[in-house]
This record gives sequence, C-alpha cells and structure tokens, in this order.
Amino acid sequence: MQREKITNRILTVVFTVLSLAWIYPMVMILVNSFKQNTAITTGTAFNPVTAETSAGIANYISALTKQGFAAAFGYTLVITLTSVALILVCCSMCAWYVVRVNNKFCKALYYLFVFSMVVPFQMLMFTLSSLADSMGLNTPYNICFIYLGFGAGLAVFMFAGFVKTIPLEIEEAATIDGCSPVQTFFHVVLPIMKPTYISVGILETMWVWNDYLLPYLVLDSTKYKTIPILIQYFRGGYGHVELGPMMACIMMTILPIIIVYLLCQRFIISGVVSGAVKG
Amino acid sequence: MVKSLRKWWPLFLLPTALSFAFGFVIPFVEGLYLSFCRFISISNPKFVGISNYVAALADPQFAHSFWLTALFTIVITVLINVIALAIALCFTRKGLKGSNGFRTVFFMPNLIGGIVLGYIWQILINGVLTIVGQQLLALNTVAGFWGLVILMLWQQVGYMMIIYIAGLQSIPSDYLEAAKVDGATAWQTLWKVKIPNLMPTITICLFLTITNGFKLFDQNLALTGGAPDHSTELLALNIYNTFYARAGAKWMGIGQAKAVIFCILVICISMIQLRATQSKEVQQ
Repeated sequence: MQREKITNRILTVVFTVLSLAWIYPMVMILVNSFKQNTAITTGTAFNPVTAETSAGIANYISALTKQGFAAAFGYTLVITLTSVALILVCCSMCAWYVVRVNNKFCKALYYLFVFSMVVPFQMLMFTLSSLADSMGLNTPYNICFIYLGFGAGLAVFMFAGFVKTIPLEIEEAATIDGCSPVQTFFHVVLPIMKPTYISVGILETMWVWNDYLLPYLVLDSTKYKTIPILIQYFRGGYGHVELGPMMACIMMTILPIIIVYLLCQRFIISGVVSGAVKG
Repeated sequence: MVKSLRKWWPLFLLPTALSFAFGFVIPFVEGLYLSFCRFISISNPKFVGISNYVAALADPQFAHSFWLTALFTIVITVLINVIALAIALCFTRKGLKGSNGFRTVFFMPNLIGGIVLGYIWQILINGVLTIVGQQLLALNTVAGFWGLVILMLWQQVGYMMIIYIAGLQSIPSDYLEAAKVDGATAWQTLWKVKIPNLMPTITICLFLTITNGFKLFDQNLALTGGAPDHSTELLALNIYNTFYARAGAKWMGIGQAKAVIFCILVICISMIQLRATQSKEVQQ
C-alpha cells in the first residue's frame, strides 16, 4: 500500500511537468503575441516580454483591423454553423429513410456513403473545385452544400448505426396514433437520437472549423478567407511577414476553441470516443 | 409505416443525395476519368491512356514521398500508441490525483487545426534549432521530419489516450480481481489480462494513426512545406504540388493519376482494417 502511494505521488509529479510542457507551445505564442514585430526572431522566441519589446495589444488591434481577422472569423463561423446545421438535419433524415426503407437503391447509397469516408480529399480536389466554380457554390454562403455532400459519409454512417438500434415498435405505435412519417421523425425519432446529434455535431464542427484545403480551393480566396486560409496566407505570402499580428491571430483562433472545450469537455470527449469506435 | 414513408423521399433523401452526388460521386468519377487524360481544365480533356500512371510511377519525387510517408507513418504509429497506452494505464490507476485535469490538457491540441499547429511548432522548433546552433527548418531535412513526428505526437497522443482509457474502463473488474487473487504481478496483469482484452481498441487506434499519417496534409504544409527542396514532402502534399505548383500541361493529369494511386493505397489500408476488426470481434 505504502509503495503504491509513493508511485502515485511520483506519477503526479511527472504528469504535472508533462502537462506544463504540453501547454508550453500555446503559452509561448501568447507571450510572443505581445511583442513588437522586430522583437520576434527565432533567437528570441523564448524570451519573456520586456518593457522595450512590449507592443501592448497593438498586434491584436492590427490583426482585427488591418489583417482581416474579424472577417475571417465571421466567414469561418458562418460556414461552420450553416454546414453543421445542414449536415445534422439532412443526414439524420436521410439515415432514417435509408435504414427504414432499405430497398436496393438505399442499400447502394449507404455503401457509397461508407466508401466516401475512406477516399482522401486529394482524389477529388481538382474536379470538386472546378465543379463548385461552375455551379456557383464558391461563396461562404453556398459552400455548405459541398460540406453537406462531403461530410454526409460520416454523418449518415453514425446516424444509421444508431437508427438500427431503435426498436421499430416505437415508430409503428406513433403511426397507429396517427402520426405522418414527418411527424414521427420529428416527434419520436429525433428526440431519441439526441446523443448521436451531439457526437456528429462535434465531429463535423471540428472538421469544418479547421478545414483548410477545401475552402482554399473552392472559395475565391482573394475575397473570402477563413481562419486557416488567413494564417497560411501570412506565411505563404511574399515579402515581409507580420509576425506579431500573426501570433495574435493564432491566439484569437485557439482561445475560443479552448474556452468551448473547457465548457463542454464531457460532450466533446464522449463524442470523439463514440465517433472513433464506430468509424 | 415504411410504405407511407417511401413516398416522402423528396424530403428525406433528396437534399443529402443531391449534395452527395455533386460533392462526391460526380467529382470522384470525373477524377477517375481525368487520370487517363491530358488537361488543364475540366472542359477539354484529351484521352491519353495510362501514360499519366507511367509518368507518375517514374517520378522520383513521388517515390521519395511514398517511402518518406511509409517511414513517417510507421514511426508515429508506434510512438503514439505506446505513449498513449502508457499514459492511459497510469490514468486508470486507483488513487492518482488530478488525472482528470491531465486528461483535459493532453486532449486539447486535438481541437486545434493542422495549419495553426504547424505554425506554432515552426516557431518553437526554429527557436530551439537557433539555440543549439543548427540550421533552421527551411534547410534542415532531419529536423523537419522529426519536427513533424513531435507535432503529431503532441496532437494525437491525447486523442488515442482517450480511446485507450475508454477501452481499459470497459474491461470487467472481476478479471483484474481474479488476476490479483491469483497473485499476478502488475506486469503479468498488463500482458496477460489487460492487453488481450484491449485488442479491439488497439486495432482501432492503430488504424486511426496509420490513416492519419498517410493522409497528413495541413501539418506538413504549414510546418515545412516540403522544404528543403521537397525532401520532407509527404504523399498528399506531393500530389497537391504536382497539381498546383508545377508548370506544364502534363502535370495536371499526372497529379490526378497520383491521386488515384494514393486513393487505392488508402482504400487497401482500410480494407485490411475492416478485416482485422471483424476477425477480432468474432473471437470475442
């Protein structure tokens, strides 16, 4: 017993140190985001902010006003919210229909959905972006249809997995009580599927919010930049790199994520686990 | 109910099926066809047979990227899974204080996107390289490769740890108690009880890390961008560069052919995964 206590104490110390190391990269960006542009070099990245190198919140102001971070944040938010909402509503309805009707067409469609989860994006990137261009899906307001199409695989697969566990009797009882299929879905099936909505919602949000290549190729990136595109643009662009505002951008990108994560930690972790086990 | 549901397909099925057709099926089929063509835009492809595939396989850069990706995938698969399992074993011990807090911290990098992660680590690694007097990432192949490995560890250990913890917690406690009663040491319990019961979880984690490694793009682009001279360019980035960074009309078709080869590779890995998980489930 005594030995176990000592091991536990040692482990606590080890993991405390490791946790601090885990957070350090983010702390380093935070520190550097308050430095002047000229004070951020590869040699001084680990130095603390001093009175001479401090820029106050100037980097943040510059990022928001000059560098277009506010617009990028807005676009990313709009794209993520509309896409995830569309995926949740449409894919859950589709999954229910596919599982319940289960004719040849539905079966074929289901296997296509599963197949699409495996295919890497590089396979479609050129043809998809050309198609999106010619169909006018290249704005932040229409790109959600592409996300619905490309995200449908995982979503339908997870919803269908859950629908299969719902006893048919519940839905039949609703029908006998006079519900139309639409009413049955929204009043009976949807409430039962709530945990799956949360899991799918979290997984798709993590994907769309952080996605870089799809919006970069599909959107007209001189006009519309999402956050990942903006940050890539900072380094990819020619000429002088504004390191200070870039650090501020990174900080403003990860802070909301961390806050949401700390608030909804339990849902996020269980959503990710169920997604992994089924995927 | 099913009968009356059937006629509701325009509402239930059509939106998803239509988006899926335009977002996946049509581009996929078109991509397959274009891999046999010479083209600069999708409006005027010219059929050229399998010459794109021949050129793709003959491209030394593609071969280099393939072996680099294979090596990278093996390294991260082993490291991530060993470390994640070790941490998960510690966190499921009785009486370890603060393990929930540690778990929160280790999982956090997962939520940050690949591009942002890449730049965070580029700044950090370049800082370290300056201190130890080595060349920066833009000129340093070895540091680029191991930097990418460290980045992936930082991002994915937490994720796999969470899955391993869920797996460990689902082992019935009587198994562990029986082992204890029989006088098994901690080491014996790990190898004879925990790991055999964890096999389905291990299979899932192995294949998640393998496919993540194979498909890696954002982190690669942001951390090294393939520098110096394409030597740290993984497969996905190589395909991207073949499409968009090389001059000449023939490269588009070759890029599409590479993408098809890449796609087949990933599908093969997934098929093996499906086999492995199914055979494990039968045993249980």
